[in-house]
Amino acid sequence: MRVTLNGKIVDTECKSVFELGRGVGGGVNPDGGETVVILNGYQLSKDAGLKDGDTVSFIKKGVMPGRDELESMMAARHTPGAHEKLKAARVAVAGLGGLGSHIAVSLARLGVGELLLVDYDVVEPSNLNRQSYFISHLGMKKTDALKNQLADINGFIYVNTVDAFITEDNAANLFKGYNIVCEAFDNPESKAVLVSTLLSKLPGVKVVAASGLAGFGSSNDIRTRVNFGRLYVCGDETSAAEIGCGLMSPRVQICAGHQANMVLRLILGIDDA
Amino acid sequence: MIVNGKNIDQKETAALKDYLESAGYDPSRIAVEKNGVIIPKDKFSSETVCNDDTLEIVRFVGGG
Repeated sequence: MRVTLNGKIVDTECKSVFELGRGVGGGVNPDGGETVVILNGYQLSKDAGLKDGDTVSFIKKGVMPGRDELESMMAARHTPGAHEKLKAARVAVAGLGGLGSHIAVSLARLGVGELLLVDYDVVEPSNLNRQSYFISHLGMKKTDALKNQLADINGFIYVNTVDAFITEDNAANLFKGYNIVCEAFDNPESKAVLVSTLLSKLPGVKVVAASGLAGFGSSNDIRTRVNFGRLYVCGDETSAAEIGCGLMSPRVQICAGHQANMVLRLILGIDDA
Repeated sequence: MIVNGKNIDQKETAALKDYLESAGYDPSRIAVEKNGVIIPKDKFSSETVCNDDTLEIVRFVGGG
């Protein structure tokens, strides 16, 4: 039978996953606890039968794999079949604040093959309560600070950045060629303009937007809803950032998680929220 | 007409902007689809609505 072993297709007569492991270059010891064994996205704690088409990874803890094996190992916990679709996908993120920075980190961990990250701003101290930046990033352009983080997370993706203020006039040109665009702005007027502009000027684009994530209301109020057939709005749609109501990490990250998961669903061909 | 799935009695043709304001929407913080077509913000004054129309309105609040 034919299986995928650490990213490479191999023919084997082995009946079980652990048996396959003992035959790997030098042999891994799947029973020893020093090797992580993953079968079709699931980490095994005991041996399992092997069948044609399986994807198996043996990862020795504390050993830096070669670049050719690293990418498949990084995707070993993905649901089978997802990695190839994600690698072929292109996604843009408009705004790299609390939402956009966390969306980008999720998409990098997913292995989305090409990202476009757009923001005009620099990292400042009040960003650190919710945005994916570090003290060492203060004063840096958000595009550069985020690109550096993503390079440390996943070196197998292309990350394009544009340091620009997004307007009604430049939005279509900036995002053309991207089938999925995440709206991750702070300002409600800017959200409305970007969403309307993208949907009216870029036929077929799917926009994953956010509305309503301020404060510390119930996590369960944040949801994803589809509108206009190709606009996904994540949030509780009511909790506005305003004087007396702040923006904090948990709900911002929950909402960013909704957006990133909707992007994942769209890439995997699932259109409903 | 139908607005976000609900039947609304709109006896006379009105400017979209007037309808939106009378219904309590802030025109600068929404995205509007009329009969399946996205209406850009600069067309809110020239676009009209009447009883046969279907509107879908998405409201944005700040925070990100």
